[in-house]
Amino acid sequence: MNPVRTVRSRSVALAIDNIDTDQIIPARFLTTTTRAGLGRHAFNDWRWRADGTPEPGFVLNQPQAEGAAILVAGRNFGCGSSREHAPWALLDAGFQAVISSAIADIFRNNALKNGLLALVIDEVAHAELLAHPGERLLIDVASETITRENGRQVRFTLDPFVRQCLLDGIDELGYLSQRAELIDRYEARA
Amino acid sequence: MSARSLFDRIWDSHLVESPDDGRPSVIYIDLHLIHEVTTPQAFSVLRERGLPVRRPDRTLGTLDHSTPTLPRNADGSRAYLDAATLAQVTQLERNCVEFGIALRGWDSPDRGIVHVMAPELGRTQPGMTIVCGDSHTSTHGAFGALAFGIGTTEVGHVLATQCLLQRKPKTLAVTIDGALAPGVSAKDLTLHVVGTLGVDGGSGHVIEFRGSTVRALSMEQRMTLCNMSIEMGARAGMVSPDATTVEWLRGRSEAPQGEAFDAAATRWLALASDPDAAFDREVRIDATRIVPTVTWGTDPGKTVAIDGHLPGVRDAATRKALDYMRLREGQQIAGEPVDVVFVGSCTNSRLSDLRDAAAVLRGRKVSPRVRMLVVPGSERVKREAEAEGLHEVFLAAGAQWREPGCSMCIGMNGDIARPGELVVSTSNRNFEGRQGKGVRTVLASPATAAASAVAGAIVDHRTLTATGQAA
Ligand code: SF4
Repeated sequence: MNPVRTVRSRSVALAIDNIDTDQIIPARFLTTTTRAGLGRHAFNDWRWRADGTPEPGFVLNQPQAEGAAILVAGRNFGCGSSREHAPWALLDAGFQAVISSAIADIFRNNALKNGLLALVIDEVAHAELLAHPGERLLIDVASETITRENGRQVRFTLDPFVRQCLLDGIDELGYLSQRAELIDRYEARA
Repeated sequence: MSARSLFDRIWDSHLVESPDDGRPSVIYIDLHLIHEVTTPQAFSVLRERGLPVRRPDRTLGTLDHSTPTLPRNADGSRAYLDAATLAQVTQLERNCVEFGIALRGWDSPDRGIVHVMAPELGRTQPGMTIVCGDSHTSTHGAFGALAFGIGTTEVGHVLATQCLLQRKPKTLAVTIDGALAPGVSAKDLTLHVVGTLGVDGGSGHVIEFRGSTVRALSMEQRMTLCNMSIEMGARAGMVSPDATTVEWLRGRSEAPQGEAFDAAATRWLALASDPDAAFDREVRIDATRIVPTVTWGTDPGKTVAIDGHLPGVRDAATRKALDYMRLREGQQIAGEPVDVVFVGSCTNSRLSDLRDAAAVLRGRKVSPRVRMLVVPGSERVKREAEAEGLHEVFLAAGAQWREPGCSMCIGMNGDIARPGELVVSTSNRNFEGRQGKGVRTVLASPATAAASAVAGAIVDHRTLTATGQAA
């Protein structure tokens, strides 16, 4: 995995609670056997009309979303299925971070393993960010801070191991594979 | 030694490494279930790195999500939706051959929805750690296993190392007491529990369901309950093993046999939580007041009693859900016209569920305005249902009797409804578009689903069976 240390971008806000994985990537796009090309289908059914033209009312189709790599979303983002296609689709659509006051466990886990920063902040700060879409944010993984346009800082906390993996680009599979001897020993005594 | 819970015992006995320097624990996985949707990219990583599957004997595959439920085409080919679904299934078949993994595929009499099949075989056993790239892996917790869904990256970790990096989750006791009223099923109980806790009420926790109501549930019913743990955001759901668990597993082909079974049963029963085990949180639920329950909104926490009224608009989320569902605030849910009824999914596609649906349909007809699909959870369920003649009841009523698979629960195989249609479904998710773009899903029990098929509208099945058409 490539290291992820900072993300600097404008934000885009989706102020809807409980955005589930079927909204992030509908099941009919899960028949793929690769990770590539899912970005077009991120939020597919909110984003595209039946005839394939963009839904103009949807925020990601509006000019202010152009180039925004930070998504601020309502509470309990990513609930539902374990499909890793959800973070793959967001990354492929150009997002590098998702911020909410609560993010579903499996989604957060999947996202961070792919270098998509899934960050939980307190509700007051969350409401502030949702109320100011389009502002320039700087996310710094090492100091666990989001710096807002007005200079104020919002804190988030990552699991210390996950943070180190992001900063150093550590690959968890490599880390686990190095534990082969311990695993051998466990299997011998189990 | 202090009192311990089922979860504590399983967790402690599966630690390969538990560092005290802030790194996560490495836990060992006893059983890894795989299916076609969430594995191809994981096998690609193994191939790129030249890694074998560490324990093919602890890995078991099936085909369920993308598989057609229609019979073969006239030319003998399978009725796949498209080239992509066929390619995905073929890819898993190839991966299993290449990596030496047993696949209960098309040629197997065991094939089925992964969470229906593994318990039937006796592969799911108390005390195990079980994972699958599928959030409803929590189903297996009914047996007193620690079972949870993982993403594809972690599927790769388990294939290569049989281990996962994990932080110890918190524990939540959901204590349910009292007898369920007649006509109230495990699905009604489950929907009531999800409605009570909410869609993030179990977040970060492993739930143990306990109390007199849970003890009285059959294994099938416990599976229905644990299945929807993820709908509360929980990491997993589990039930302590007891005599019900042991008797259900006795004689299953892949459970221990003979004396080995008795020895295993003794070990299994000893895993149960101590009466005074500590949990991080507890929620208590009174089962005696539960009535048949359905969902009205676009997440499984938006539930309503069958004789109840929808809530008023309190917030934007309620407004959005009502608009999508084309329902009005404060209206009754009963009486809402139904277009499609689906009996199936890992929540409710076992033999007992099909019996519940058939009991309502026997001697009755599905309303002409309704299409009804009955999809057994596995080849075995299908055989057993047919041996009892249940398929004849469904067919005589005008329902379709399909081949096993996930089908309309997720619609990947093309089994979907049309935009705007209302589906009463025994599955577990009512998210927008889950059963097809613009489709409105109402989650319900098999009895409620079958009665609604007959009535052509959402109905309290107890009124139909008491006063409806003669059976
Ligand atoms: S039946 Fe539905 S919930 Fe269960 S495994 Fe299949 S798609 Fe997932």
